[in-house]
Amino acid sequence: MALSREDVKHVASLVRIAVTDAEVEVLQHQLSNTLEQFESLKELNTDAVQPTSHAVPLSSVMREDKSRDPMPKQDVLKNAPMIEGDFIRVRVVLEES
Amino acid sequence: MEWETVIGLEVHAQLLTQSKMFCACPADYQDAPPNTRVCPVCLGMPGTLPVINRRAVEYVIMTGLAVNCEINEHTFFDRKNYPYPDLMKGYQISQFPMPIAKNGWMDLEVEGHTKRVGITRIHLEEDVAKMMHIHEPTGESYSLIDVNRSSVPLMETVSEPDMRSPEEARQYLTKLQSILRFIGVSTADMEKGSFRCDANVSIRPKGSTTLGAKVEVKNMNSTRSVARAIQFEVERQIKVLEQGGRIIQETRGWVEERGLTVSQRSKEVASDYRYFPEPDLPPLVISREQVNTLRKALPELPDALRERFMAQYALPAYDARQLTATRAMAQFFERTVGGNKGRAKAVSNWIISELSRLLAAAQKEVDDYPEATLKTWSTGINQMIELVDAGTISSTQAKAVFDEVFTTGKEPTAIVQEKGLAQVSDTSTLKTIIDDAIAGNPQAVADYKAGKDTAMKFLVGQVMKLSKGKANPGLVNGLLKGKLESLKG
Repeated sequence: MALSREDVKHVASLVRIAVTDAEVEVLQHQLSNTLEQFESLKELNTDAVQPTSHAVPLSSVMREDKSRDPMPKQDVLKNAPMIEGDFIRVRVVLEES
Repeated sequence: MEWETVIGLEVHAQLLTQSKMFCACPADYQDAPPNTRVCPVCLGMPGTLPVINRRAVEYVIMTGLAVNCEINEHTFFDRKNYPYPDLMKGYQISQFPMPIAKNGWMDLEVEGHTKRVGITRIHLEEDVAKMMHIHEPTGESYSLIDVNRSSVPLMETVSEPDMRSPEEARQYLTKLQSILRFIGVSTADMEKGSFRCDANVSIRPKGSTTLGAKVEVKNMNSTRSVARAIQFEVERQIKVLEQGGRIIQETRGWVEERGLTVSQRSKEVASDYRYFPEPDLPPLVISREQVNTLRKALPELPDALRERFMAQYALPAYDARQLTATRAMAQFFERTVGGNKGRAKAVSNWIISELSRLLAAAQKEVDDYPEATLKTWSTGINQMIELVDAGTISSTQAKAVFDEVFTTGKEPTAIVQEKGLAQVSDTSTLKTIIDDAIAGNPQAVADYKAGKDTAMKFLVGQVMKLSKGKANPGLVNGLLKGKLESLKG
């Protein structure tokens, strides 16, 4: 399955990675290659096989519903790019209509 | 052309857990100062790992069972990827192909018949941070973020597109709300945002079996607004189609003050969530034993309770519905009746008319009050019924006394004594008062003898006045009439 340049640019924009035209070229090739490798799975009959969601043989790992003290507020805000009062301040991403 | 409305609802309800969905931060964010219910996990710090809250999973199973769902034995969480600042990690942990519960239904009572609405799925996810959008007069715009709500457990219930009118949608929501409250998994409060509803609305020519383009309507903050928004949207779509237009599949926001929906397609691109199984959380296996244990632990649900009230206490359907509106109300009714089933209708009347009126005025619900207060009210209602039955006070006085019981918490008998409200039903005392009234009003007596009926009323009034309103009116009538007739002779 070959990816188009547009596919690569679309995926790059979804994950917020800036790519140059030259990089698009390289990624188009590499990602197409990777996908082609997966295509080889089609040679097998997997009708009776459950899709694998996880590879680790663990299940139902849960915790009891008990709360603990949260972090001090100043630590919460420490890594924020910008703060205003006790809030984290960010650029507007989507205009509210 | 005749049109048919098709409605499906998506409801997000916050679960009433003590801690958040994937970390141990307290989930009581509602009244907390900004960014004080936060830890590295819900802040999406690199290297942190989520751990599933067992109670949240149980609550979804309980809800599923309460609305007749199948519970998936094998389920897992997925990552829903989208870049928006209310998601600290850049993705939301949700469930996509394998929800915890699926294929359920609820029966609604609409205009006298039963309407079954399918429930497609119920899945578990996490809530997002709260954002405030600031627009400075200078033209500068930015957003402020409070992370407290991030990762509060959120349960999404998706219905089938089975509803055909705004009223059916309203009933569906009210019923789901009441079930969630009954089983104690959510406060289901729309105004406080712990219960949110998006409506998918489309129309099609009556008789058609294909679905029209659907519009998702958001931003309603009461069940009433949901019904209004759907009504508006249906009328809007009919107008567009009848004018030869086409319905665009889009998201529209309800604007309460203006009573209309507006398009929310600003810069939105088609969503591309790239769901994949959440690698940080092992899958869940829900054993059949666990499901059975939870099923047995479910309290009596509103429908069953209503039917039991009608059968066990011989109550009309209206009373049974009112009394089962909340679990606390139903419990209050049962404790007040106690073993005295013959009194059930009288108790129901007191609760539905007086107590409900007082609660509504105080903007409270039964379970907002402590146990001791409820006990006083229970005793109070029983005493009121006895006092009225015995003729000690009139039913009008009883209402005033109960107001006082409600506000002061005193016992009715004490209030009656304190205010000297007790009716005078003692015949010899009444006879003395009647004699006084007759002696003081010879003209009225003469009028009565002459056949004027109004004279009788006047004299009753005089007796009541002399007794300061305490004379038992029924007795006064009988005694006075007897006396006057004897004078005629």
